[in-house]
Amino acid sequence: MPLLSTVGYYEPWYVQILKALVVFGVGFSLVPLALLYERKLLGRFQNRPGPNRVGPFGTLQPAADILKLLGKEQFRPTNAIGWLFILSPLVAMVCALATFMLIPFSGAPQDILGTPVGLYGLDSDIGLLIVFAFASVGSYGVLLGGWSSASKYSFLGAMRAAAQLISYEIAQGLALLGVIISAGTLSLTEIVDEQSALWFVIPQLVGAITFFIATLAEINRTPFDLLEADSELVAGFMTEYGGGRFALYYVAEYVHLIVAGGLFTTLFLGGWHLPFVDQPGWLDPFVVLAKTIVVVTFIVWIRATLPKLRYDQLMTFGWKVLLPIATVNALVTAVVVVAW
Amino acid sequence: MTDEPTARPAHREHDAPAAGTDVRERGADIADRDDRIGGPSAPAGAATATAEAPASVVPGGYRAHEASIDFSSQLGTVATQDEAELLTINMGPHHPATHGVLRLLTTLEGEVVRDVKPIVGYLHTGIEKTCEDKAYWKAIPLVERMDYLAYYFNAMAYCGAVEDLLECEVPKRAQYLRVIHLELNRIMSHLVWLGTTALDIGAMSILWYSFRERETILDLFEYSSGQRMHTRYFQIGGVAEDIPGGWEQSLRRFVREMPKRLDQYSAMLTRNEIFLSRMKHTGVAPAATLQAKGVTGPLLRAAGVPWDLRKAMPYSSYDDFDFQVPVGTEGDNYDRYLVRMAEMRESVRIIEQAIDGLPEGPWITTDRKVALPPRHELATSMEALIHHFKLVTEGMRVPAGEAYHAIEGPRGELGCFVRSDGSSKPARVHMRDSSFINLQALEDMCRGGYIADMIATLACLDPLLGGIDR
Repeated sequence: MPLLSTVGYYEPWYVQILKALVVFGVGFSLVPLALLYERKLLGRFQNRPGPNRVGPFGTLQPAADILKLLGKEQFRPTNAIGWLFILSPLVAMVCALATFMLIPFSGAPQDILGTPVGLYGLDSDIGLLIVFAFASVGSYGVLLGGWSSASKYSFLGAMRAAAQLISYEIAQGLALLGVIISAGTLSLTEIVDEQSALWFVIPQLVGAITFFIATLAEINRTPFDLLEADSELVAGFMTEYGGGRFALYYVAEYVHLIVAGGLFTTLFLGGWHLPFVDQPGWLDPFVVLAKTIVVVTFIVWIRATLPKLRYDQLMTFGWKVLLPIATVNALVTAVVVVAW
Repeated sequence: MTDEPTARPAHREHDAPAAGTDVRERGADIADRDDRIGGPSAPAGAATATAEAPASVVPGGYRAHEASIDFSSQLGTVATQDEAELLTINMGPHHPATHGVLRLLTTLEGEVVRDVKPIVGYLHTGIEKTCEDKAYWKAIPLVERMDYLAYYFNAMAYCGAVEDLLECEVPKRAQYLRVIHLELNRIMSHLVWLGTTALDIGAMSILWYSFRERETILDLFEYSSGQRMHTRYFQIGGVAEDIPGGWEQSLRRFVREMPKRLDQYSAMLTRNEIFLSRMKHTGVAPAATLQAKGVTGPLLRAAGVPWDLRKAMPYSSYDDFDFQVPVGTEGDNYDRYLVRMAEMRESVRIIEQAIDGLPEGPWITTDRKVALPPRHELATSMEALIHHFKLVTEGMRVPAGEAYHAIEGPRGELGCFVRSDGSSKPARVHMRDSSFINLQALEDMCRGGYIADMIATLACLDPLLGGIDR
């Protein structure tokens, strides 16, 4: 029986266990940085200094936020479906971190203390599919969290999550078809290597824009932050969450933000490749991080600028605008690739 | 009232009977309904107690009374298809988008609003009643606190009513100073509206931008009166102080700056595609409905009715100034937005004209029975000392009568009714608060729209709970 999928480079098992911990650690420690970065940046956009009380220049603000949440009482509504209520934030966060695992920070294995280590969690030849799979499972965290809270606000938030999910996800997938056809692979490292000459953002500009917009919907950022919709649904699906469980959703949200940046970097901005420069391998992760920061900055900028859509408008936009554009983009790419 | 417990406070007994009976009837009604539906929560004893005592002494107090209110008869009227599943959601009193402690009993079908009942009263402060225990001039800071974003307007309406009763002439300079402060206050109030509305539809940065200009206005208020909010600047017969030196320059700087700032807000919102899709054709109610419900102000003007009391019944020298009344065409949220933005520009124009044409002269009436004598006179004039003493201790006596003074507030017609019994304290002070009246139209605007549009409409309605509940 043929293998369903193969894995690129992989290390001995003990290195893999270590690596899993490291990826988890890196993912987790990027969260407070992203949190602080977003709040500082938003502050500057809005004529205010942003957090600057806790620690030097407010650097300990995220730690204070998260520790405060963790120190709070773990409560749940009387009518909540207990185990689902507890499980949902975990699902949301685990899935967010799992997608982070697939983002490659360098192509060739780097030599760390004599052991060649690939700077990614997993280099599967169906990497992109796994990303999508985890992203879809991750929305169960939102759906079930809203459903199990037994609150009307949470319920409406969960309903919106379902509506939003079906609206953006197909467009998001189709937008990537162009990249996949051009690269001829689903492996994220190989997609990056295909971009050594020309970043996909140039030939795949339409796909990049479509994917970026759909990603905003996926990670619930403005103008598509309808699940939380703090003005109408209080906090949407997480209205009834507090303390540590809320912190999990909160962390998941920022992991999503980083993953969105990393994924866009990987798929469209050439990953660790720089134009005209062939930097040493140990610089690769920093190049990826720098590009991720650019994307994250852009997302925060959008948040500071735009109002949010209504959820029926998002659905209309997803089905009537994004989906046709993504489809045409995929078709044109396919024709061009075959005819070339 | 002979069957009343003797512990009941005896003062103002003449007001009590009507209210007391009313409460008792309502109590009996609730008790009956409990019996009818066989509610197990209310034992017979409690029901009897409810029926016999006023609401304030119901066992279990306010909460029990609140729990006993039955809205089912009102909600039964929701017109929809038979098989539709309705969801009743209670938004507020603590909800981020209700601009205070407004409670919206909302019936949803999916996300479509089928019915909405605004429930008010959570911020009741009893200011109107408290005013009856204060001398006329001591009631000004109280009325200022009703609609806490329009304190100059509250003071103006109240002072205007008392001045009507006194038949007191306000000097021209005071009228102009009043106009300047009123229009500054209008801009300030609209800026808060702009920021919170933009925040409600997700454009968060506007809030900080508009509050930046609001700060400038509050600084001007602090400069002229010593207070940023609730300035107590308007007095019966004029204003408390002449404007200080340098204030005019600060004001002119603001007048120069403000139109540019408005352009900046417009650049972010007016032609923003998402903003347009959220605001256009949402929250529409026909002008006839609005007029039938007594809605005034930018809401009515957005629907195309050019009704502005500054033009219709000019007060405080508004007929001296050249300004326009912006009106909308459709009456949707976008028109409301445009009208308010245009109003801010017009206000800037009025301020400019008022400061250019500011007449010299006294800033408060010279009638010593109404206004305090200048400080220096106290040392030399016996009469001034007597007037000062009488005004500070007892206050002015106002001829018996009634007066209603209506002005154009930032949210519509803001009227103050004052009844005088000839003493130095008002017998009744009542504010016709525009937010309260306007809120009645919320249901007409929101029914059939999405819940997100309801929030936007509520924001564009610009209700102020301090004014609604008073």
